[in-house]
Amino acid sequence: MGRYFAIRIGRAMLTIVLVVTFAFVVLRLSGDPSLMILGPEAPPEVLAAFRKAWGLDDPIWMQYLDYFGAIAKGELGRSMRDGRPAIQLVLERIPATLALTLPAFAFKVALGIPAGIYAALHRGSAIDRAVMTAAVAGFTVPSFVLALLLVLVFAVQLGWLPSGGQDSWRHAILPIATLSLGGAAVLARFTRSAMLEVLGQPYIRTASAKGVPWRKVVTSHALPNAAIPTVTILGFMVGTLIAGAVVVESVFSWPGVGRLLVVAVANRDLAVVQCILLLVALTMVTSNLIVDFLYGFLDPRLRMKGAHA
Amino acid sequence: MPPLVSIEGLSVAFNGVPVLRGVDLKLQKGEALGLVGESGSGKSVTWLAALGLLPRHAQVSGSVRLDGREILGAGEAELDRVRGGRVAMIFQDPASALNPVLTIRRQLCETLALHRGLSGAAVKAEALRLLDLVGIPDAARRLSAYPHEFSGGQVQRIMIAMALAGNPDLLIADEPTTALDATIQAQILELLSSIRREMGMAMVLISHDLGVVAENCDRVAVMYAGRIVEEAPSNQLFADPVHPYAQGLIGALPPLDGPRRRLIAIPGTVPDPASMPDGCAFAPRCALAAEPCRHAAPSLAPVADNRAVACIRAEASRRALLGMAAE
Amino acid sequence: MSAPLVEVAAISRSYRMRSGMFGRSTAVHAVDGVSLTIPRGETLGLVGESGSGKSTTGRIVLGLEPPDRGEVRFDGKPMAAPATAAWRAQRARMQMIFQDPLGALDRRLPVAAQIREPLDIHGVGMAAEREERVRELLRAVELTPAHGARYPGALSGGQRQRIVLARALATKPDFLVCDEPVSALDVSIQAQVVNLLADLQAQLSLTLLFISHDLRVVRQISNVVAVMYLGRIVELGSADDLFARPEHPYTQALVSASPAPGRRSAGRIVLSGDPPNPAARPQGCAFHPRCPRAVARCATETPILSAVGGDRQVACHLVTGSKPATKPETKAATRDAA
Repeated sequence: MGRYFAIRIGRAMLTIVLVVTFAFVVLRLSGDPSLMILGPEAPPEVLAAFRKAWGLDDPIWMQYLDYFGAIAKGELGRSMRDGRPAIQLVLERIPATLALTLPAFAFKVALGIPAGIYAALHRGSAIDRAVMTAAVAGFTVPSFVLALLLVLVFAVQLGWLPSGGQDSWRHAILPIATLSLGGAAVLARFTRSAMLEVLGQPYIRTASAKGVPWRKVVTSHALPNAAIPTVTILGFMVGTLIAGAVVVESVFSWPGVGRLLVVAVANRDLAVVQCILLLVALTMVTSNLIVDFLYGFLDPRLRMKGAHA
Repeated sequence: MPPLVSIEGLSVAFNGVPVLRGVDLKLQKGEALGLVGESGSGKSVTWLAALGLLPRHAQVSGSVRLDGREILGAGEAELDRVRGGRVAMIFQDPASALNPVLTIRRQLCETLALHRGLSGAAVKAEALRLLDLVGIPDAARRLSAYPHEFSGGQVQRIMIAMALAGNPDLLIADEPTTALDATIQAQILELLSSIRREMGMAMVLISHDLGVVAENCDRVAVMYAGRIVEEAPSNQLFADPVHPYAQGLIGALPPLDGPRRRLIAIPGTVPDPASMPDGCAFAPRCALAAEPCRHAAPSLAPVADNRAVACIRAEASRRALLGMAAE
Repeated sequence: MSAPLVEVAAISRSYRMRSGMFGRSTAVHAVDGVSLTIPRGETLGLVGESGSGKSTTGRIVLGLEPPDRGEVRFDGKPMAAPATAAWRAQRARMQMIFQDPLGALDRRLPVAAQIREPLDIHGVGMAAEREERVRELLRAVELTPAHGARYPGALSGGQRQRIVLARALATKPDFLVCDEPVSALDVSIQAQVVNLLADLQAQLSLTLLFISHDLRVVRQISNVVAVMYLGRIVELGSADDLFARPEHPYTQALVSASPAPGRRSAGRIVLSGDPPNPAARPQGCAFHPRCPRAVARCATETPILSAVGGDRQVACHLVTGSKPATKPETKAATRDAA
């Protein structure tokens, strides 16, 4: 069991290193932060001083080593714009993002999973078709289109809700709705197919043949099995809690991590971008580890394999 | 004696395609009935339909009476009392017939709680007794194990224990040994027949293996394309089959002793349920088919004591057989 | 008599198998010192339960995997090294048929194209000749060109197995390995395919290695039958004689587990214990823990396959050993019944 997770954790660390390296290289190849921040008219000596101050005139491999050396010491660098520690900038924005993504996650689960289960249990019914149509729509419509659509209807036409900003809870409704609907659609589709797969298994027929009432067949025989694949997609959604709202935050001018990322990328504010990406990689990898733990918990066949080690 | 189960005119269609086309069958208390036929002949569908276990879109008609009481179309609550309580079922592929994420204990005790109203220590004691009865060694420890920790033969034993948990009057064994190796198959069949003798339980053994059915059943019904074409005591059927299809099945089986002969293969293939021939469904493959065979489907009619056959050429068929024997 | 087409000399094959994802790996002896000879135009039947090593033996004989020890000789010559020209030439002379014809066929291609494929690969004849050969092969397996135009999904199980057979015959092989070729088919269709295989064997003087768990089918088509248990041959003899008078207790149990319809066998032999596990092969005779007649010696000393008169070979101390008495009364009883 220990070895099973040691390997998984090792693999997770490797993923993080790769993500960070990739971001580091791409950011440095795609534009000079000094020009972005100081502007093209800045005098050359100012630019040179800026580059020296931030170590941008060192060879890239040296910058890279410096960067990892700093990370090892817990230093995530400072913003080139205002000199504050990047981590502090990012942490400040996290509550705003979570204020959108956490309720959205709850809604996705509360809406998507029951809809998927219901659709599977009433396969071919009008409700199943309605759920599937909605799910396909939610699946294919990009979130910025959905966001704009909601703004048009509820802010512009009806005037019920504000179209952007972060002044009251009413400002959060449209962004949360945008995030929830898309996610719920994905979850509904996934849950439905997981459920249909399980309902077609011989052990479901065995349970019915034993005289187990249908409701109990569903709850105590089908659901525990359907939960196994569904957990994967849930884990993925947990992984997007921090940075899954980039588009939505931009559309609704919501001052979360996502918007910070967009601004930081535009400015080549290297430390901030890298700090966010590191955080994102960490959440993704952590949620994957949680999924692996849950698998072991939900599926005794995996548990046994682990126990041999 | 009134029959335990009496099936009349049982028909099943999926999306308008008939797969069971009027099955009549009676089963006495404690009797072992074999149901043979090739895949798609309707052997399993008959019993799944009788117990309301087919998917919702199946169209089922006819009558199934258990102790004189109609169960076809009965309410779910009543059916749930019948299923597992009066009529239990075991299936072909034991590995997938048990829920992989639940312990043996949960799956076994579920039946005991449902049909015997047991709880607490009594459930566990009874579960242990059942596992012991079906020959699972070290039952007390194995109770908390999951299905994948058992071999195929052991899982089938556990399935049998689960089936016995409700003290049923009838056990439907649907190809119970097809997925198992020969020596394990022999163990399971031995277990089934000893349990049946002890409990006085009736059994329907669904199998494509004529040898298995012959050895384990008192009476055999042969199915073809959704109908019963011949019904007879098992020794008579195998010694003297009347329906040309039953003759064909027996002729197609390679012998294990005596001189080797060329196998008598039935030509052609089983008809597609969506385009059933008019008249007798076997006529296109039948060497004895005559003009009238293509017009009306023959019904199951008695030919001797305890014997019935659905063939208007039954007499010709008999003669042909006697001729062959005389050669 | 000419030299045998296939000679298998003491082949062994073991795998490393890990129990669980990170468990310790153990050696599994799938095949352990198997020797066989198949004369030209004859059929050797290989029977056994799952884990007996019969399929692995088939793959080694066909050169699909190398033996760890021992040697396979085909037409007097050792198997060529894989991927050489000699190997390809040899492989065209030997083909394999599996249990599941749908898995062996490509669902997206008409079956005639799949029969043609080996002709294209081995560059046999011109395009028109290949077309003619495909028609000829379809006729040989009693199908029509109309069947050839269909996709595998539109054919019945028996027809699909005929297509697989036609494809195997395309390169005019001398030797066919058939691994459970009729096990997935219904009994009436099974008889058609068995008859067809016997006819084709006679017409084309094919040599067959026929692997199956079904004793009846094996007897029907084989001249000589070998019974395998946990990677070893425990009994070998002519098909008729072997099943009529099985000597090895395991063969006796197998025969008893294949009852003939219409007569209830007097004494059914039901073996106790679980199916054999190749990863935990018992010491001595591998069958002894399940053997109703095992004696002390069986647990310590591995019996050797030895001739016991006629063409029969048995690996059992009770049959071949000097001291322990075989049970003559059982033998007499089976003789009377036969």
